[in-house]
Amino acid sequence: MLDLDDYGTSNFFQILKRHHPELLTTLDSPDFASNARTAESSFLPYEGTTVLAVVYDTGVIMAGDRQATEGYQVGERRIQKVYPVDRYSAIAVAGAAGPCIEMAKLFQVEVEFYEKTEGVSLSLEGQANFLSHLVRSNLELAMQGLIVLPLFAGYDLKRHRGRIFKYDAVGGRYEEGDYYAIGSGGKDARTTLKKRYTPEITRQDALEIVAEALWDAADEDIATGGPDLIRKIFPTLYTITEEGVAEIPETTVEELYRELISRL
Amino acid sequence: MQRNTRVRLCSLELENTDMSTPYYVSPEQIRQDKEDFVRRGITQAKEVVVLEYRDGLLMVAENPRKTTFKVSEIYDRIALAAAGRIAEYEALRVAGIRESEIKGFRYYREDVTAKWLTNLYSQHMGAVAQAWDAKPLEIELLVCEVGATDASASSGLQRNQIYHIAFDGIYSEEEKYAVIGGRAIAITEILERNYADGLEMPAALQLITETFQTVEADAEDSYEITPETIEVACLEQTTARRKFRRLSTDEVTALLS
Repeated sequence: MLDLDDYGTSNFFQILKRHHPELLTTLDSPDFASNARTAESSFLPYEGTTVLAVVYDTGVIMAGDRQATEGYQVGERRIQKVYPVDRYSAIAVAGAAGPCIEMAKLFQVEVEFYEKTEGVSLSLEGQANFLSHLVRSNLELAMQGLIVLPLFAGYDLKRHRGRIFKYDAVGGRYEEGDYYAIGSGGKDARTTLKKRYTPEITRQDALEIVAEALWDAADEDIATGGPDLIRKIFPTLYTITEEGVAEIPETTVEELYRELISRL
Repeated sequence: MQRNTRVRLCSLELENTDMSTPYYVSPEQIRQDKEDFVRRGITQAKEVVVLEYRDGLLMVAENPRKTTFKVSEIYDRIALAAAGRIAEYEALRVAGIRESEIKGFRYYREDVTAKWLTNLYSQHMGAVAQAWDAKPLEIELLVCEVGATDASASSGLQRNQIYHIAFDGIYSEEEKYAVIGGRAIAITEILERNYADGLEMPAALQLITETFQTVEADAEDSYEITPETIEVACLEQTTARRKFRRLSTDEVTALLS
């Protein structure tokens, strides 16, 4: 018979923890963490690198490079670091790639589960707060070096503006008003954004400074991947507005970079 | 109440040695009693129609309420339509979403199918209907899955699927359209005459509302069918991952004008 006891729990993470803890081993298992530590010298997880978000006049842009590194080697050239969550929000992740992707997936399912069972969407603020819990639940792994840090952005339909939330390793949640970047090249990207950002920036200008910030991050940080014109691999860019989440087509991103290179 | 007592006496028959005449009820009688009991409840339930149209499945219910739904999203391609007691199907709706999400999380989203979910519901409803100490669920369900974009898809699993589950868990696969609720037979008869393959959404919606109107015209306590008094949703082949979409009253008004 179907177990109907969980009725009233719109929390998917809780249901997994209670009934299917085996599905959460990557996020919450001391065994896995201590094994990862003892194997540290020979075992290097894939690491994701620079992701950022920029608020512009009618929404927010979220972007990330495509490279994952394994120590000093390129682990993966086409990894995705930005994931749409619901119609009006997206998550970007930096840190150990496996747990990062797992957290993004779990978070997306969680928000959708809430929406379907409750019949209304979880508010942007509610989503941001829930993500705190997920980050905190990963603390054990973070202490062993398998850190997962998300950046969360969305369009707030009640306040009519884009919003950005950043997190620390213990689940602290902080809102950023204009822009933010995290990951190994995050600091370099932030420097560019700091110099180029203006309040009420237009969509086109915002796209340009996002492309430039990722370019600078790739230029300064060996772990961040730049645009690859030969393999045609470009950073992923998403806009989130009143109309919802939309991915910027690869051809448009390529144009942004060709134009940026011509100005160098 | 009396019915439950009879069922109970039947299973306790052997222990009740002090009774001069053991109260025997045949299994056929028990099943018949349960069916009569559920049927009385279901005949009062307003109907839900699920109908295949050109781009997917259209689901329409007589329902003037704006926040309690009879048709709802379960998973990417799957929706649930229910008639009967809200509290009873509501619990199954949420359990269906939960089990689907767990399965999709464990394996892959495409591994969650209407056939699998139907079996899950069927087993549950069957077990409740057979339990000696529980009353059967007074509900009927339609588990629907929209097929692949290519309408000519040959494989059975790529076509639209509609599973009709009765209160006792017995289910059947339906094609073109399916109806649950009190006057399901009358509505099915009208649809049999008027249904055509490949209808566009406005025509499909028109067909269902006209059918409701015809049935309501014969009813004693007639209920007016307007965009405000029906609930409309669809599973569209053409949309991205989540195929389920609820239509607002304004959209329904526009489609019907």
